[in-house]
Amino acid sequence: MKLAIASGKGGTGKTTLTVALAQAAQAPVQLLDCDVEEPNSHLFFTKGDSKRDVVTVAVPHIDPQRCTHCGLCGDFCAYNALACLPTETILFEGLCHSCGGCMRLCPHQAISERQQRIGYIDQWRHGQIDLFSGVLDVGQAMSPPLIRAVKRHQQADKLILLDCPPGTSCPLTTTIHDADVVILVTEPTPFGLHDLQIAVETVRQLNRPVAVIINRSDLGDQSIHDYCRSKKIPILLQIPFEKRIAVAYSRGDGLLDALPGLQPQLALVLNQARKLYRENLT
Amino acid sequence: MKELIVISGKGGTGKTSLTACLATLAEQCVIADCDVDAANLHLLLSPRVHHRTPFVSGEMAVIDETRCNQCGHCQQLCRFEGISPTPPYTILPSGCEGCRVCAHFCPQQAISMVPRQCGEWYRSVSSAGPMIHARINVGAENSGKLVSLFRQQARQLAEEQQSPWLLVDGPPGLGCPVIASVTGADAVLIVTEPTLAGQHDMVRIIDLLEHFSMTGYICINRWDINPEMTRTIRQIAEQRGVSCVGLIPFDRQVVSAQLKARPVIDQPDSIAAMAIKDLWDNVHAILSTP
Ligand code: SF4
Ligand code: SF4
Ligand code: SF4
Ligand code: SF4
Repeated sequence: MKLAIASGKGGTGKTTLTVALAQAAQAPVQLLDCDVEEPNSHLFFTKGDSKRDVVTVAVPHIDPQRCTHCGLCGDFCAYNALACLPTETILFEGLCHSCGGCMRLCPHQAISERQQRIGYIDQWRHGQIDLFSGVLDVGQAMSPPLIRAVKRHQQADKLILLDCPPGTSCPLTTTIHDADVVILVTEPTPFGLHDLQIAVETVRQLNRPVAVIINRSDLGDQSIHDYCRSKKIPILLQIPFEKRIAVAYSRGDGLLDALPGLQPQLALVLNQARKLYRENLT
Repeated sequence: MKELIVISGKGGTGKTSLTACLATLAEQCVIADCDVDAANLHLLLSPRVHHRTPFVSGEMAVIDETRCNQCGHCQQLCRFEGISPTPPYTILPSGCEGCRVCAHFCPQQAISMVPRQCGEWYRSVSSAGPMIHARINVGAENSGKLVSLFRQQARQLAEEQQSPWLLVDGPPGLGCPVIASVTGADAVLIVTEPTLAGQHDMVRIIDLLEHFSMTGYICINRWDINPEMTRTIRQIAEQRGVSCVGLIPFDRQVVSAQLKARPVIDQPDSIAAMAIKDLWDNVHAILSTP
């Protein structure tokens, strides 16, 4: 099962929960940190031997010997990444989406592709957990290619947990569009509710089953409950605010370090998610 | 006019609540909510909308079924999961990045490109001053383009109104929208928290600011959750030439103010509000010195 844990609003405890779910599973798990702009899952594990793979994307390389400055590639590029000047054709790497169109199009075969680094993926093993952490290089603008590279490590026979990027735009949809179940972590405040509504719409538009976990459940009001009831969204777990959890988190300790008693409830969350997944298949 | 961008990298550090307070404290400011993905500022500043403008950004492919002969060429060429993997071939709007490759190379000329409607943006009057904000459509691309458009509109508005301040609630993360929001601003205020994740993300933002040779300041929210970590974060920032302009204590009043749809600065007995006043005095003093 591919279980995506997302949040709409940031800082709701999504990463803490993802890590705790991985620990509570007591089975082989792949934890994929797809929050590549701010990957934080690895902070909850002791540093061990890691394997690092560099991730690249293809960017065009223009051969000045062959280019006749016809201007076709510049007219074609949807992102204005190519400037065709009378004596030179220039690529603005920051704008290129690596679509490959210009290379195909050039009538003089002046364009080839070369690999350009955008970030890396670190891999660790911690007991039964395989952690894959994608890290976008600072100054790089586009995260979806790196997210896709992280997701290529998925093995269908394992439980896969995806720590999603924040928000509801392309990084999130890239992560969850093929997930089996999406859990949205929220908090019972007006901000939490507002962002939850948008996240639910996004997930439903992609036709994924959705469930909710409420964190800091006693620090707000009832509006999340009312909303979930009206939309028939199951609430799988509620975690009250405890300074103990906040302090443990600040030190890099996980949820289960602060509240070991939560393990059975988290295992139950995984079972309920599996149930949602099966219901969706039938 | 001074433009101050408030960003946090990591979400949930209280960036938006803080921005709402600063906007309330700054006399005559123009406000822009560039956190379009999780636009929440309007929940605290109750803007009344005066103008709404739809915006389109980029394009999307559309297949004309009457011309398509299902050859699958487009599917092989698309590098973005924009076309369904199996026939009948259809465009998947959540994957299509509008690169035009399929449209250009379809042997039947069955594909055309249409502009992508991404949402609406608003010019409003809020409880803290004129405000620019937006609602983006579900799953629409949140590119730096929208953020750039907003800042440009907000600047224009600030100039018209002769406002001394432009306050921007910045987007999360470190990618394209953030880069578009910080370049060219007078100062960037990083809101962090005393956690390992907060520290980690702050360092990445400082790297980013250095990359673009920009001046940043930090403030630490809920600093008393872990005073030791607060000290560490402060030291790291100061070693990189980024000074700390405020420490805000944990205060349940922030949530209770939010439930009343008001910034916490309105609660007279709130300890967070007092700390935020000090923070604003510091920022004001720094940015007012030429
Ligand atoms: S299409 Fe080819 S020949 Fe024409 S300007 Fe581009 S690179 Fe040069
Ligand atoms: S690969 Fe695509 S996006 Fe990049 S320069 Fe060529 S046409 Fe433009
Ligand atoms: S390339 Fe054109 S004709 Fe072939 S499947 Fe795609 S849309 Fe249809
Ligand atoms: S326009 Fe580009 S991204 Fe969109 S479907 Fe066609 S090839 Fe794929």
